Amino acid sequence: MQRLIDRAKELLGSGEVARVLGWRKGENSWDVEPAFFASAEELDGFVYDGFCGANLSKYMIEASKLEGKTLVFLKPCDTYSFNQLIKEHRVDRDKAYIVGVGCKGKLKIENIPAKGILSVEGAGYPDAAEMLTVKTLYGDVQVAYKDAMLERCHVCKGKDHMIFDEQIGESADTLDGDRFAQVAAIEAMSPEEKFAFFQAELSKCIRCNACRNVCPACSCRKCVFDSNKFDSAQKANTTSFEEKMFHIIRAFHVAGRCTDCGECSRVCPQGIPLHLFNRKFIKDINELYGEFQAGADIDARGPLTDFRQDDCEPSIVGKRG
Amino acid sequence: MLKIKKTDLSALFAKIAESNELYLPVKTAGKTNFAAWTPAAEVDLDTLKTVKSPKDAFFPQSEGLYSCDREDGKIKITAGKLQDAPFVVFGIRACDVRGIEVLDRVFLSEPVDTYYAARREHGILVSYACGMPETSCFCKVFGIDAAAPAGDVVIWTVGEELYWEAKTEKGQKLTALVADLLTDADGAVVEAEQEKIRAIIDRLPNSDLSLEGWGAEAAKTRFDSPVWEQLYKPCLACGTCTFVCPTCQCYDIKDYDTGNGVKRYRCWDSCMYSDFTMMAHGNNRTSQLQRFRQRFLHKLAYFPANNEGVFSCVGCGRCVDKCPSKLNIVKVIKAFGKEDA
Amino acid sequence: MSVKNEEFRPVIVAFCCNWCSYAGADLAGSSRLAYPADVKIIRVPCSCRVNPMFILRAFEKGADGVILCGCHPGDCHYSTGNYYARRRMTMLFSMLDFIGVENGRTRVEWVSAAEGVKFSETMNSFVDKIRSLGPNVRLGDLRCKD
Repeated sequence: MQRLIDRAKELLGSGEVARVLGWRKGENSWDVEPAFFASAEELDGFVYDGFCGANLSKYMIEASKLEGKTLVFLKPCDTYSFNQLIKEHRVDRDKAYIVGVGCKGKLKIENIPAKGILSVEGAGYPDAAEMLTVKTLYGDVQVAYKDAMLERCHVCKGKDHMIFDEQIGESADTLDGDRFAQVAAIEAMSPEEKFAFFQAELSKCIRCNACRNVCPACSCRKCVFDSNKFDSAQKANTTSFEEKMFHIIRAFHVAGRCTDCGECSRVCPQGIPLHLFNRKFIKDINELYGEFQAGADIDARGPLTDFRQDDCEPSIVGKRG
Repeated sequence: MLKIKKTDLSALFAKIAESNELYLPVKTAGKTNFAAWTPAAEVDLDTLKTVKSPKDAFFPQSEGLYSCDREDGKIKITAGKLQDAPFVVFGIRACDVRGIEVLDRVFLSEPVDTYYAARREHGILVSYACGMPETSCFCKVFGIDAAAPAGDVVIWTVGEELYWEAKTEKGQKLTALVADLLTDADGAVVEAEQEKIRAIIDRLPNSDLSLEGWGAEAAKTRFDSPVWEQLYKPCLACGTCTFVCPTCQCYDIKDYDTGNGVKRYRCWDSCMYSDFTMMAHGNNRTSQLQRFRQRFLHKLAYFPANNEGVFSCVGCGRCVDKCPSKLNIVKVIKAFGKEDA
Repeated sequence: MSVKNEEFRPVIVAFCCNWCSYAGADLAGSSRLAYPADVKIIRVPCSCRVNPMFILRAFEKGADGVILCGCHPGDCHYSTGNYYARRRMTMLFSMLDFIGVENGRTRVEWVSAAEGVKFSETMNSFVDKIRSLGPNVRLGDLRCKD
């Protein structure tokens, strides 16, 4: 972490960058917030550890409008999002100085099954511990780092940065799951089971829009769901239809552009596995139109803005079984 | 003081549900929220904080106000149904009870909100002392005692038993209804539990948060502070904080076209959203900084200015737990505290 | 408005492209080929004008089945519109299937201006399919149904 701070101070000092976009310490060790730093003194609050799950790419849309370069720290998975934003002309590559940071998997405080947590030790970077020591109001517990990781880290896309100006720090492999296993399990259910599963999950949705607002692919200046021309609520699920419409349309709009960064599931206050919608589309795209990873290649054509004359017909959905 | 074995709770719920609608914390797909009780519902009294506060029971996220339908060439207007049957909110925490008292100040002052008033009239609160307060709790700051919540009936769990004490007339009626299931108990057990709870609360990191400088005068002294500029930046402009909050009370009114008429309904709004208080001339808060400041000054300055100094934050800590960017009211209070120092 | 004790008459929304399918529907009409009056046609400039929101909003407001008709692949008035529509609808239908909406409530058919017979046959078979599936209960707004 100190290497990151030192490098940031160096680049700020030389005037090469006007500000730094990183993560700031919170009240508790897990309360890390995305933050802009404008001076060396402010950088004393900088932190990079297991709780820096937030993908900073989206903040670069605003930063691209500011004077001068912004130094941004991107984890390997964040660089896919950044690439995709370049492709969509939403960020300015020339306004960014990208430091690719190593990643050993990111944590989610809710994944630590303890009450009254006071502190979590072992999430430090670069020396993350195998076991986290969790001090609570009701006694200390040990939790395996792995068990407290975000879902997305278990199906990590790899630790290579897709775009960077320099790289600092090493990574550790965290992949230990099959990215499409959950989707395949749902596909195998009967229509009734599928419907019951999603009804239970989506009935929790409170339409806070956190999934949309955190999503680097959701970068429309005005979302269709913020239109006042609608007669449906847009900010409350007045009927069970609205929650389905919102999540289907949102997933559809990012289909072919979603890098599967997993931010939607990370921020959902109700713990809805929103990544399943995105991964369903990714799985379909891979199977029907060829393997595609959004954000891996700036020049590749997005699968839904492309076609082949011999594409399958929509009736394939019923035939695949 | 009365008590019941935890193992007999389903019988208690069934008995209450015979003559009342019953809302209590139910776990669905891994998360606990207040919901209607059914024999199949997975009741979860262990979770301290439901994701959403139980304010839904009195002020639902969306509710129909009236409908206009075409009938024989005429337009028929049907008023929304007011709550006219008793219902019980079981397991509401001390902070959330205070939350409802805050909503009362808004909806029961003139002009009275009839939909809300009808629910308040028929609602019975069974409040639940917090056996295991969480790190993010700071209700003590607002003078709330989690060991002795307000409400019509108060319950405590100690070991395998649930202690029950009626506090109001409504509470006594409910107690009479379930009297067969309750047995007499020793009040000293509850007193010991209360001491234990208060001791934990004193150890919570935010129990000694200082509210100095907040209140009516903050609207003038803190409105233009440069601290807001620092604070708001990570805000995603989502509505998580407002929708999980037990005291946020802003709503929007809309018309839904059913194809045969119009249903007018209201739903929660969030000051974090870009169309909040949108009017014909546009919006009077055009930046996220302004919207962010509105939320916290509403809780800590404007509301107390109009309500004898009562803050419209109850220290439940839901925003502390749920903000995707880890912003929250505690950070705001502390940031201004540091600025003053 | 549902009328009880009567045979289920589904509401079908058919999005038809202006250049081929709408003309196909016209031909079916002028050739006096019968298809159920339950089919409500919405004319669109091209099949790719239809975005997923159109389909979902049709269900919201009470449709029991939604069908999209456009020019045959290769014959699009705008050269390639229907190729894009094909990918989009494949994705959308697959998602509806994924969340448990009965397969078959949505369909895409390519109908040219000369295929009045195909238009009528397509609509007849689609209506039959929706009749067999019954009313749409999984994707509608309840407020439109009481």
